Order: sequence, then structure tokens, then C-alpha cells
Amino acid sequence: MPQVTPSQTIGPFYWGTVVKAYRADLAPPGVAGERIEVVLTLHDVQGAIVPDGLFEIWQANSHGRYNHPEDRRNLPLDAGFEGYGRASTFTDGSSTFATVKPGRVPWPAGGMQAPHINVSIFARGLLNRVATRMYFDGDPANAEDPVLKMVDPARRPTLLAKKDGKGTWRLPIHLGGPNETVFFDI
Amino acid sequence: MTQDLYRRTDASTHPANLSPEYKSTPGRAPRQPAIVLPHSLSEITGPLLETERLDALENDLTKQRTGEPLGERIVVHGRVLDENGKAVPKAMVEIWQCNAAGRYHHPGDRHDAPLDPNFYGGGRVRADEDGRYQFITIKPGAYPWKNHHNAWRPAHIHFSLFGPAFATRLITQMYFPQDPLLSFDPIYNAVPAGARERLQAAFDMEHTRPEWALAYKFDIVLRGRNATPLEN
Repeated sequence: MPQVTPSQTIGPFYWGTVVKAYRADLAPPGVAGERIEVVLTLHDVQGAIVPDGLFEIWQANSHGRYNHPEDRRNLPLDAGFEGYGRASTFTDGSSTFATVKPGRVPWPAGGMQAPHINVSIFARGLLNRVATRMYFDGDPANAEDPVLKMVDPARRPTLLAKKDGKGTWRLPIHLGGPNETVFFDI
Repeated sequence: MTQDLYRRTDASTHPANLSPEYKSTPGRAPRQPAIVLPHSLSEITGPLLETERLDALENDLTKQRTGEPLGERIVVHGRVLDENGKAVPKAMVEIWQCNAAGRYHHPGDRHDAPLDPNFYGGGRVRADEDGRYQFITIKPGAYPWKNHHNAWRPAHIHFSLFGPAFATRLITQMYFPQDPLLSFDPIYNAVPAGARERLQAAFDMEHTRPEWALAYKFDIVLRGRNATPLEN
């Protein structure tokens, strides 16, 4: 049987080629759900911003349905909403996405997960894709989320985006250091 | 305990995030162990990019400008498979690379080598039902980087694959066979021995085009599904 191809870094020079345009607006007009703006900011192990990283996000629609054949539940799909976005980090280390708040999706062992956005991070110096999740601080469903329950309570805040004064959801992602984000081996 | 849909990849395949010979890794590699996440719908679904419309010439990097780029024209082709040997049909394959002189069309690349106005260096293609893909491009040059004294990257083409799920996302680099720079390259050598060789394309005489281009074959293998209990 063939063996899995090893990962390599994205390097610093993907911009303009693989990422020809920001694909950061996930929800064209008419897509159902609460419209949200999400700002992810990438920091290195010293806390400095990472201006040459790439974020990718993947999420369910507001009904909690993934636009994918593995999600066979009888829930609405929204025309024009795939649930995928990617954006290079800006000079301030941030990427901004316009989307809708995802609905809840089931957990294989039973129960439901809290609303979350799946996040991939690529950068020069990262030899593998690193994956995390963004949850919404204050959502009552967080208390029963099976993934958050797997995380040391002291580190859970690294997964919780907070709403700023303008209503934007912001999550700093730290690749290392005292505030290292919880990453997942998926 | 429900079984994960996709097989886990063991430590003998991928590079360690902290690979200090590659000097950008200590500042960016997570130190805490990643939490192993059982596969839910969030991991077994993923972007299929079915609505992306591709131009016919996006997989021919020699025809994206007005003239022909300088360099050695090559065909790069192969299949996208999973580790069960099954084709990954309609997989999106994206590539990017520097020009024949070793310079990227990117404002951050300060290497003192000429830009080629006829070479942009980015391409993509959707594999066919059998996982087959093909690019026409020029052989990228080697270039110096400041990782250590007299550091040179071996010629390489960056590859980006999505596969069928969030769990199967992969970004990698394709190298050329028997490149003498490979043994000095900390990025290539961060991959465990026995696995790094998979990143070398094979020279493919059969697919060369007489009087026109040499060919290289590079199969990409993504994670495969676990066998279901019924199949056991």
C-alpha cells in the first residue's frame, strides 16, 4: 500500500500564487444566520505577531449542517455557503473573516458540540499544519462541549473568542509561550 | 469508543514541528502535545471546492503571461491517492514555485536573481476521477536562504492538497531526484529517514515529450479511511 506523503512548510512565498485572492467572505447575501466578523491573530512563541502566516477556516452553516457528503442529516444547506475560508495574515498578524455563526453539530459518542469554527494554521517555520478550534465565549453550549471538556480548564480560554466593543469576535492564537493555544491532533 | 474515520499517521512520517536545524521552527513550533481529537463531523467533512471555476491554462505555468518563461520546460504529473491505494477523485491540487533563476514572484523575495516577466509560478488543477493531475512548468532553480552559512534550498515545487476532509489537508514540497542539495537541506531532512524519500519525484522517461519537455512523476498520498468493521 502507498504510504502517506510527509508534510513540509508552506514557506514565506505562497502569497500571490496559491492564495490569489482573499477568500475571507464566506456568506454572500441571502445566507441564513447571525452575521459575524471574526479576527484571528497569529503570535509566535515570544508573543510577536506572525505577518506571513495563513489561516484556513471550515465551519457548519447556521443550521449546523456541513456542506459535505459525509453530513447526511436532513438539515438545510444554504446556497452560496460552502463554509471554507482562507486568508493570509496581514502585517499586524491578523486575518479577518466575514461569516455566519455556525450551528451545533453532533458528537460521535452522543450529544451535541458547541458552535465552533475549525482552524488550520500554516506558516514559514511550521513543518506541519496545526489545527485548533474557535469557540464563542459566553455561549451556554460551551459548558457541555465534549472537546472543551477534554481540555485543561486553565487552557480553555485559548479557544474562546471574545466579542469586542464593535461586536467583532477576536481570538489571538499563540503558537507557543505561556499562552500557547490548545492544538488538536485530528 | 467509536472508531475514527481516518487513520492516524504515526511519528515516522511527518517532520517534528520543533526541528532546530531549520531555524524558524524554535520560534514557531508548539511545545505542548496536541490533544488527540476523536473524529466528528467537523473533522471528516472539509472543503471540496466544487464551485471553484478553473481556467483551462491554470495548470500550464508556461502560458500565464505573454511570452514563454526562461528555463527547462517540464511536465509534472502523478496521482492523488489515499494510503489504501484508492484514487482521491477530483482533488484540488495547487502548486507554487520560484523561476528558473531561483527567484519567487513575491515582494518578500530579495534574492539577487532576475525575475522572469513571463513566469508567475502559481498553478492549480483539479485531478480527474482517477486522481490524475498534470502541470506544465519550468524546472525551478535552487536559491540561497539565510538559515545557516551558505544555505541553499534544493529545487522544489510547493504542493497544496485538500483531499476529502478537514483531516486530510496537506501542504508539502516536491523535490527532484538525486539533487545533491537534498542532503544539506534542513527542511527536507526534518522528515524522518525512510519517509523523506517520498518527496522526491521520479524522472519519468515514458512521459517525456520528444523535442519538447522532460517529465517527472509525483504521486501524493493522503490519509486513508480505517477499514470498517464490516470489511474486516
